[in-house]
Amino acid sequence: MASAFEYAPAPESRSVVDIAPSYGLFIDGEFTEAADGKVFKTVSPSTEEVLSEVAQAGTEDVDRAVKAARKAFEKWSALPGAERAKYLFRIARIIQERSRELAVLETLDNGKPIKETRDADLPLVAAHFFYYAGWADKLDHAGFGANPRPLGVAGQVIPWNFPLLMLAWKIAPALATGNTVVLKPAETTPLSALFFADICRQAGLPKGVVNIVTGDGRTGAALVAHPDVNKVAFTGSTAVGKEIARTVAGTAKKLTLELGGKGANIVFDDAPLDQAVEGIVNGIFFNQGQVCCAGSRLLVQESVQDELLDALKRRLSTLRLGDPLDKNTDIGAINSAEQLARITALAERGEAEGAERWSPACELPSSGYWFAPTLFTNVTQAHTIAREEIFGPVLSVLTFRTPDEAVAKANNTQYGLSAGIWSEKGSRILAVANKLRAGVVWSNTFNKFDPTSPFGGYKESGFGREGGRHGLEAYLDV
Amino acid sequence: MSDRLSVFKTYKLYVGGKFPRSESGRVYEVTDSKDNWLANAPLSSRKDARDAVVAARKAFGGWSGATAYNRGQVLYRVAEMLEGRREQFAREVADAEGLSKSKAAAVVDATIDRWVWYAGWTDKIAQVTGGANPVAGPYFNLSSPEPTGVVAVVAPQESSFLGLVSVVAPVIATGNTAVVIASEKAPLPALSLGEVLATSDVPGGVVNVLSGRTAELAAPLAAHQDVNAIDLAGADEALAKELEIAAADNLKRVLRPQPVDYFETPGIERMTAFLETKTVWHPTGSLGAGGSSY
Repeated sequence: MASAFEYAPAPESRSVVDIAPSYGLFIDGEFTEAADGKVFKTVSPSTEEVLSEVAQAGTEDVDRAVKAARKAFEKWSALPGAERAKYLFRIARIIQERSRELAVLETLDNGKPIKETRDADLPLVAAHFFYYAGWADKLDHAGFGANPRPLGVAGQVIPWNFPLLMLAWKIAPALATGNTVVLKPAETTPLSALFFADICRQAGLPKGVVNIVTGDGRTGAALVAHPDVNKVAFTGSTAVGKEIARTVAGTAKKLTLELGGKGANIVFDDAPLDQAVEGIVNGIFFNQGQVCCAGSRLLVQESVQDELLDALKRRLSTLRLGDPLDKNTDIGAINSAEQLARITALAERGEAEGAERWSPACELPSSGYWFAPTLFTNVTQAHTIAREEIFGPVLSVLTFRTPDEAVAKANNTQYGLSAGIWSEKGSRILAVANKLRAGVVWSNTFNKFDPTSPFGGYKESGFGREGGRHGLEAYLDV
Repeated sequence: MSDRLSVFKTYKLYVGGKFPRSESGRVYEVTDSKDNWLANAPLSSRKDARDAVVAARKAFGGWSGATAYNRGQVLYRVAEMLEGRREQFAREVADAEGLSKSKAAAVVDATIDRWVWYAGWTDKIAQVTGGANPVAGPYFNLSSPEPTGVVAVVAPQESSFLGLVSVVAPVIATGNTAVVIASEKAPLPALSLGEVLATSDVPGGVVNVLSGRTAELAAPLAAHQDVNAIDLAGADEALAKELEIAAADNLKRVLRPQPVDYFETPGIERMTAFLETKTVWHPTGSLGAGGSSY
């Protein structure tokens, strides 16, 4: 579809953020080099421009970080909750103050549109700290008995799809409950965590309470295996999650895992279709589909399939793919060459297995990692693209005739993180929601997040909840 | 010392986000613990009390309709603003309550932290007092707290600032709006608090502060048909009984006076006292089997 009019470029200024040529590890309140001096580069996925050089933490560095966290734990956990609360409130406020800078930084390092970092990631990050700040002196009221105790040192490993938001989901509840942390950001998106280290300094947070160790999977493995870590929290792939579960087996480490998903977005024939189209687009193309709770399987009732798909294709034709810093961009870059290769391979597999592939006319930039919004029809439950998490802007469309069939198909997956239901009938929504084996069910909306609302999966999407009152349990000795 | 002549502050009421004098034109002398004159405070009238209720009612829709997160940020903002005026309030509290400088400073610090405590409660009280109810049938059933409405607050007489904030903050944290009668003998910290609230993003009318004779102002508020609840913290035994009787006329929620150490960390009872519980039922239908609602 030809666009009715062209948009002039509207780039957000990069001048608001000052990225240093290199960064060390943040251990015991200081930035230091890795013991063996190793570094790696982080690039902007939309241009492949090198943004900075970051230290690669080895076993020795991880050990130093855990020791710093252990040393800080005694005083931090003994602080009155009200004082811990005030540190977290400070952090929340500084994040609010610096949110534009952090949004631009995140867009540069991750490749997602500025529209998302500015309007979704950053407000949620600040809100998460604000929310858990308030819990720090109210743990007696949280339903875990009187005076619940922290666990100790938390080793936290987070993914690249929402770098700063995942950091907030991990660090805010850990600190509120009196734990100290060693956090490893993803290899491809280390920068916002390092900027967060600076925020901790501005907030006057005692040294060693938050430690940031950058690196690849080896760093993460060393952290979760460290004998003096009391709690392991991981967000990432199901395969790595299982490996971590094996690593902590036989220890006293408390474990929470937030892993993959293959969310079903179920559209009934009485659904408000225009609204559903918006929800489907948000469900699978938000953050280029690199979202664990993405609605990557569209289950549409047969009687409205044609009408819905026509509307959906029309809508996809209006999505704007390109410079993530442009305020009008809907679809940004894929985070890494590796992830792009994985998405490409799975999409090819979809075609090879007989599903019908469609993408709107969409010009891809010549440098960087890009993948056009893609829709597969004639997908069956046996197809790889209906079973495996693609973690990209690829939607698989399946159909159903009865609510029972919709539920059966939605639940026919190893995962159980999210689901969506579109219908005007409240009782139908609630009946279906009751039957879905998923940790978050959105009705007539999708991809809604709030610090007060628990998030997490059933089955192989992991266990434990982040957010809300429930999110405290992961960091308390209960 | 400089021989510059200082500028006195005219203490005024805080009603509907504005700083009016009493419509009656009356004032009364406020003195410190050694009977030295401090200021002339407005001696509010019944009409001032009624005006304050109108302002509080007008503000209720917006304030109770704001997100809990938003209310939390506003309350936190009050703490931030107060932190910058610690010295002023320490001086006023010292004068008002006859405290040493350091004791007064401790009172002010505790008061600031009290705002932070309640800022954190705005988006948690529903998670502690509400919840899903497992009714024996195919129904979704959820209970949630809601603010009761306009709350009249008879502020503590002795603890003119920490006590005041300890009774006002829980009322507005949950979305109620308040008409507050300041400590009769020591109203100045309360009147100055109005200046802080006015610069803290608290919408006008959410908190309204009156100074004057407690009994004269509390009676029309307790009897007012558009007031939903009353906190009797600062009423003596005889007055409390009289006000509770008047409050029964439209079944106001009443929080009776009780001995409180305002330095202690509060519980949630000052919030729950002014919350209603709303329970919503909705059928869930059933899948497949006969009697399906599809």
